[in-house]
Amino acid sequence: MRNTSRRAVGALVLATAAATVLAACGGDSQDKSKGTTGSGATGGGSRTVTLVSHDSFAASKSVLAEFTKETGYTVKVLRGGDAGAAVNQAILTKDHPRGDVFFGVDNTLLSRALDNGLFTPYKAKDLGQVPADVQLDAAQHRVTPIDSGDVCVNYDRAYFTGHHLAPPQTFADLVKPAYKNLLVTENVSTSSPGLAFLLGSAATFGDAGGSGGWQGYWKQLKSNGVEVVDSWEQAYNDRFSGSSAGKQAKGDRPLVVSYASSPPAEVVGVTPEPAQSPVGVATGTCFRQIEFAGLLHGAKNTAGGRALIDFMLSKTFQQDMPLQMYVDPVRKDAVEPPVFVKYGAKIAHPTTLPPEKIAAKRDDWVSAWNAIVLK
Amino acid sequence: MSALRTVDDRGARKAGGPQAGAGGRRAAVRAALMALPLLFFAAFFAYPVAAIVTRGLHQGGSWQFGRFADVLGDPGIRHVLWFTCWQAAASTALTLLVALPGAYAFARLDFPGRRLLRAVVTVPFVLPTVVAGSAFLALLGPDGFTDSLVGVRLDTSVWAILIAHVFFNYAVVVRTVGGLWAQLDPAQEEAARMLGSSRLAAWRRVTLPALGPSVAAAALMVFLFTFTSFGVIQILGGPTRSTLEVEIYRQTAEVFDLPTAAVLTLLQFAAVIAILVLHGWTVRRRESVLRLVDPAMTAHRPRGAGERALLGGVLAVIGLVILLPLGVLVARSFDTPSGYGLAFYRALGSTDGGTFSVAPWQTVGNSLRFAAIATVIALTVGGLAAAALVRRAGRLVRGFDALLMLPLGTSAVTVGFGFLIALDKPPLDLRDSWLLVPLAQALVGTPFVVRVMLPVLRAVDERLREAAAVLGASPWRVWREVEMPMVSRAVAIAAGFAFAVSLGEFGATVFIARPDNPTLPVAVARLLGRAGALNHGQAMALSTVLMGVCAASLLALESLRTTGSGEL
Repeated sequence: MRNTSRRAVGALVLATAAATVLAACGGDSQDKSKGTTGSGATGGGSRTVTLVSHDSFAASKSVLAEFTKETGYTVKVLRGGDAGAAVNQAILTKDHPRGDVFFGVDNTLLSRALDNGLFTPYKAKDLGQVPADVQLDAAQHRVTPIDSGDVCVNYDRAYFTGHHLAPPQTFADLVKPAYKNLLVTENVSTSSPGLAFLLGSAATFGDAGGSGGWQGYWKQLKSNGVEVVDSWEQAYNDRFSGSSAGKQAKGDRPLVVSYASSPPAEVVGVTPEPAQSPVGVATGTCFRQIEFAGLLHGAKNTAGGRALIDFMLSKTFQQDMPLQMYVDPVRKDAVEPPVFVKYGAKIAHPTTLPPEKIAAKRDDWVSAWNAIVLK
Repeated sequence: MSALRTVDDRGARKAGGPQAGAGGRRAAVRAALMALPLLFFAAFFAYPVAAIVTRGLHQGGSWQFGRFADVLGDPGIRHVLWFTCWQAAASTALTLLVALPGAYAFARLDFPGRRLLRAVVTVPFVLPTVVAGSAFLALLGPDGFTDSLVGVRLDTSVWAILIAHVFFNYAVVVRTVGGLWAQLDPAQEEAARMLGSSRLAAWRRVTLPALGPSVAAAALMVFLFTFTSFGVIQILGGPTRSTLEVEIYRQTAEVFDLPTAAVLTLLQFAAVIAILVLHGWTVRRRESVLRLVDPAMTAHRPRGAGERALLGGVLAVIGLVILLPLGVLVARSFDTPSGYGLAFYRALGSTDGGTFSVAPWQTVGNSLRFAAIATVIALTVGGLAAAALVRRAGRLVRGFDALLMLPLGTSAVTVGFGFLIALDKPPLDLRDSWLLVPLAQALVGTPFVVRVMLPVLRAVDERLREAAAVLGASPWRVWREVEMPMVSRAVAIAAGFAFAVSLGEFGATVFIARPDNPTLPVAVARLLGRAGALNHGQAMALSTVLMGVCAASLLALESLRTTGSGEL
């Protein structure tokens, strides 16, 4: 009897040991295959360039392979957490940077990154192709604009058609009684679209105290029944009635703070292709987010880093981005994919605020917002 | 026959205590056993956490102790602390209440599908909280299960949080308590009854004291888990309810106010240490040597109306609290825009979505690899630690026991960010090593190994060990031939826990920058972060795969064990 049990324990130990060996081999071979593409570049050698980014970064394999073909550098991508967490991590590790290029700092976080001396200046080759209004560090070129995206209120087309109601178009529309109890938004202290929506209202109504400025607007929004949840995922996937996930989850809010790119995202992969996206965009409620890349201060492979930043502004990369990350290219001559042209919304006049102002006011605004909306 | 011994054996143990010379050698053995676990915790827990806390409190060349007063004086923070503690206490109580009958049923009653169901109730343990939270929202929210059945919406009440915590932690109680319960000799309770005790009295005086330490261990783990609850609170608590964990995350990852985060982390430590001291104090008074038998001998078919009703009740609770929410997720994974089908599963095999540079299904391999390595690390570290802790000792060693529990009560973002800034230079330069992921996972798995192994190891009669030693067996041989056979079941349970914990770990894993080899939960989170039917459907399909992988792994582990169930 004892023998059987000992055999069982032996088997268990053996099995776990075998699993470890297998696992270790698997891990190794994976690393090796990555290393060898850069012709024997291990330990941060000069043929590998490391891109540090957030969890939403994505690029087609073929596009990254083209970069390798053109320049000889292989891209290694490290991602950790959402945009805010990734920037904070980069600041924390700035004395021992984990890579050569950081991508994913946006205008709401730009001042934090620049004030902490995260980047080394580099003027990208094709910067002439980028409109001046998105070049927020044009004097020093510590960061290069790569993409932009608009945070806007989205609406459930079927709901408004069914109720014979015109969907709202502007910030001011949202406080009208016709849209009572229809909007769900995100907590500004835990969600970046939530914060962007607050910034959009501040850009529209100004910072005057009392009932005039954005605070007065939010008091009206609150009495008009705005619902607040902690994350975009919950707002869009669970509470919004227009998304396919929200339909499954029986979401009952036909208005949600999301992105101008959500309508095309809703129809990707859906067959047959619908005539219209089930989701529409209230074009007068948008706040523009611009994402930047920069050469990390203390990077091991500065030449490779510069090449990567140049590549991120190239037509190849810029035209790949929309379907990979659901953002708009900053390059003027980049062509958007058909699904974006057909289902996307063009936002002609988004709201925006200078990064310095966001950095200066952010904490005060967030606590004021908390006091008005959550208490 | 041995009922008396079970209730209190401390007198006997003291009388048979070690001689002075043997005591010295034993201390040396203990120190040797403790060395590796201590090193592990020093390098991968204490050092990283100290680094991030120091970074927060020591800024601009001076210590920012003034922040303590600011943070602790904030009524908002005091409210958060209060809510964190009471919801954890209430969740623990509710989980024990709901799951203890389940522990009995799984340990003692023989019913068809028992093994499968035991694996299934552990599945929630690995599910990303965002995914499960969404299922609860669907069941408890408007037009949900409770709303359409009895007209009650629970999604905005604290009940939603408590029920979700039961869902996640049911298996902790069933596996920790049930593991020992199955091995308790029923003859003792029967003897007490024969001697005239009522059924209840026999249970209260014989079985309950014997189970005490493992109930306390389960309660401790559930408390620590719910104390650091993050996703459940965010989704089901709404923006007005917040735990210390959520606040630490906000201050570290979003607001970037590290001094405040550091104070909150220390506050979290203080609360966790208080709980550990309380736990140590209750357990020390309860633990005793038990008569352990083969679990196959103790299980029997349900007898009588009472046992059948109990089993029925247990199955009904499992059905409502665990199977129903899991079912919602599985159903969603098949519910495509063009009717029910496998489209989302097929999409897992391609890279077209753009979310990953590898096909999503490949994350299954990543997860299994990481979890296997983390399990081996946790079993080694936790096993050595448990072996060192078997024999009771002074404060120092008890402190070591508590230290091993701390990671469970520490914020994942603290650990994740700590890894980042502490393990980035020689001699420990692991900046983008894949090893960081299993190391972080093992940190959470180790406490489970210790808590599962320790009550069983301590229940092994010291006299058996001594008898073997007197007969000339080396300590190694004593361990191999006396202890190991008796604790093999506990090893398997501990391995299952460690594996499941690693498979489901999300918090720390997501912050550890790594080359593109995401784990299953990280992949699910990435998919959920994108709009569109296909992304969301793939997230549901991948969650279903995660459930399947978890259940299959646990069944495989259990079958390894049962092939040798002839112990003793």
